[in-house]
Amino acid sequence: MRGLFERRETWLAAAIVALVALVSTRFAGFAHPSNLVLVFNDTSLLIILALGQMAVILTRSIDLSMASNLCFTGMAVAMLNAAAPEVPVPLLILLALAIGLALGALNGLLVWKLGIPAIVVTLGTLTIYRGATFVLSGGAWVNADQMSPAFIGFQRAQILGLPVLSWTAVLVVALFLLMTRTALGRSIYAVGVNPTASVYAGIDVGRTKFIAFCISGLAAGLAGYLWISRYVIASVEVANGFELNIIAACVIGGISIAGGIGSVAGAVLGALFLGIIASALPVAGISPFWQMAISGGAIILAVLLNARGERRRGRIILKKAEAT
Amino acid sequence: MIPEPTRRPAAQMPGGEAGRPDPDAAATSLAGATPLLTLAGVAKSFPGVRALNGVGLALHAGQVTALIGENGAGKSTLVKILTGIYQPDAGEIRIAGQPVVLSSAHKAFEQGITAIHQETVLFDDLSVAENIFLGHAPRTRFGLIDWKTMRDNAQEVLTTMRAGHIDAGARLKDLGIANKHLVAVARAMSIDAQIVILDEPTAALSTKEIEELFLLIEFLKSDGKAVLFISHKFDEIYRIADRYTVFRDGEMVGEGLLAGTPQGEIVKMMVGRAVDHIFPQRDASIGEAVLSVSNLSHPTEFEDISFDLHRGEILGFYGLVGAGRSEVMQAIFGVTPTSGGAIRLEGMPMEPKSPADAIAAGIVYVPEERGKQGVVLGMPIFKNVSLPSLGRTSVSGVLRLKQEFDLARAFTERLDLRASSLSQDVGTLSGGNQQKVVIAKWLATDPKVIILDEPTKGIDIGSKAAVHRFMADLVAEGLSVIMVSSELPEILGMSDRVVVMREGRIAAVLDNRDLDAVTLVETAARISA
Repeated sequence: MRGLFERRETWLAAAIVALVALVSTRFAGFAHPSNLVLVFNDTSLLIILALGQMAVILTRSIDLSMASNLCFTGMAVAMLNAAAPEVPVPLLILLALAIGLALGALNGLLVWKLGIPAIVVTLGTLTIYRGATFVLSGGAWVNADQMSPAFIGFQRAQILGLPVLSWTAVLVVALFLLMTRTALGRSIYAVGVNPTASVYAGIDVGRTKFIAFCISGLAAGLAGYLWISRYVIASVEVANGFELNIIAACVIGGISIAGGIGSVAGAVLGALFLGIIASALPVAGISPFWQMAISGGAIILAVLLNARGERRRGRIILKKAEAT
Repeated sequence: MIPEPTRRPAAQMPGGEAGRPDPDAAATSLAGATPLLTLAGVAKSFPGVRALNGVGLALHAGQVTALIGENGAGKSTLVKILTGIYQPDAGEIRIAGQPVVLSSAHKAFEQGITAIHQETVLFDDLSVAENIFLGHAPRTRFGLIDWKTMRDNAQEVLTTMRAGHIDAGARLKDLGIANKHLVAVARAMSIDAQIVILDEPTAALSTKEIEELFLLIEFLKSDGKAVLFISHKFDEIYRIADRYTVFRDGEMVGEGLLAGTPQGEIVKMMVGRAVDHIFPQRDASIGEAVLSVSNLSHPTEFEDISFDLHRGEILGFYGLVGAGRSEVMQAIFGVTPTSGGAIRLEGMPMEPKSPADAIAAGIVYVPEERGKQGVVLGMPIFKNVSLPSLGRTSVSGVLRLKQEFDLARAFTERLDLRASSLSQDVGTLSGGNQQKVVIAKWLATDPKVIILDEPTKGIDIGSKAAVHRFMADLVAEGLSVIMVSSELPEILGMSDRVVVMREGRIAAVLDNRDLDAVTLVETAARISA
């Protein structure tokens, strides 16, 4: 095992603590536990989505359609809620999971059975799913006053001082931690590190990618309901462009776009880093444009650090050059 | 019977460029003056393997020198040193008497050394002319590429070497392999390369294309080039080469003029080595047929493959590279689809559609390319070992580290794996120890048949012995082993019987009791002794 101080996650955690400390010097209340709970709650959606994305990226794929999936799923449950407020919220959540899963599975099938590169498939479905939202809603919005109190209130209920939304993120993190310890989780990593050797080890690479897309679909579906009930508006524009934040959280968290490398802790920390920047800079009086620049800088820095880390690990790169 | 060396007089090609040495003079000075290129005491080691151990080589202008040796004799390493890809650890390279340092591929190219490989290294999406002049294209006075001149010059070079049928403007990918070779040679001609290395150039060519290539080699000779010709096929060597140099285990063991040297003598130089380690003794108690393959065929790679593998047997598969041995094994393992034939395991018909099917049935495969197909580099040892056995190392779906470690420990200890801990990244292990991890991984699945493809390729002597000892243990326990190997001592030292493959077919199944290396080489290379 690598020592704690060699791990990227440790450094990212330290950077986050330093960031919080830095903001506290300008805005004393920021580091107060009650505020940190708020920040975590604000970041919960990004954490759920980043974990789903991580499963896909680990298999050397990418899911660009998550935000569109979220938008479609959110619209679907919001419209159902507006039309039939008596449908209980747990059923709506199940429905959101099912729709998200179906859209994710469609991505996965195209990648698996037709062998189309994931970036192409999901670039297509990114547009298709958002277009489908327009078709479904006819371009209309679902507003707060059309949603039932239970629909809006579910994620705001407090349990042991934390809102349900935060608890959901905690639950998802726990599920992902468990998944990395299953045969499926191990296969996802193996497929990303070395697809050829994985085939020889009896792992079905295409099927593993398919399952990873199902996981990202489930995450997007769950986030779909949570997003709409949090911001209490469903429209075609919901989470437009958010797929880039999701991928950014993964990259900052040390998940290698080349697949096979990354951890649950990394994805969570990457999301928290972005979440803290997003909530800290406005209170510190820094313009949102700086916010974008800082996020961008963090991404490039993270990639640089990852590249250095990977170079140290693998002498394989040199061997490849020799083999020519 | 040794085929009569048929050597034609150097062809007189029309249209040779002016200012070159008189081709006749160069071609006739056979026992000749100073060689154009000499190597002395060249050595090269890789971690755990000594690839070249103080070899020498001389190439003469206007002559073809054949470099002969088994796989692993050091031929490829030598080519890579000559083309500037590897740097020798020791030794000297002289061109026309002057010492040179070939510090990069570009330097070697500038020194007039060019190599044409089995798989030609050219750019498919560029035109023929661009391929010929890449890196030294004629420029206009504004510094831009002068496309017209480049195309005209390219066509001229092609015409000079009687390859005028190739259009300099054509995309390279639209050409056949033989014509691609011609383009590669044209590239050499365009920089006035004096030393041309042909590394198994005929491997993928048809008979007619080989004839065209030989005409080209005759032209290169008549043009005063020094040619190094690497081939496993003796009829080609005797047909085209003037001299021979034999490598064995990284050492030069013989050289001279081909004329008057019988083929048997060269084969003896190739294989007659001191046994570098003792193979384990085993008392073969061979049982019933476990794996029966009948008439297995593939659209392009192999056909009509039939053999039986018995319980407790080590069945060797010998043949030249490209004979189709690995492809047959991959078909049995479910990686490569077949076009016909049947496989029976313990009497039950099986049709492996994927490796998972084969593994479930009890057939496992240790592939040849360890780094790419065998180990998952970047993962620790224990995760590599448990990868095909994840079902057995988890409790209600969750992997248990203790079970994984126990499994990994049990099997790696048997193989005498040298590692600081089972959490060590396999990428940090030596080749021999990586191979032990791969074998351990497969044994952990409790197989009936284990297929080892070049199990000791590129690994050190100590690990080789460990792998061999272990194979003997396995068959003693009643497992059945197929060992694909290009190393004669290994085939002769370990196999009970040897299947010899040639050009996708089984050439012979030989009992190892009365087998010698010369017979084996001659069967694989289709030589009537």
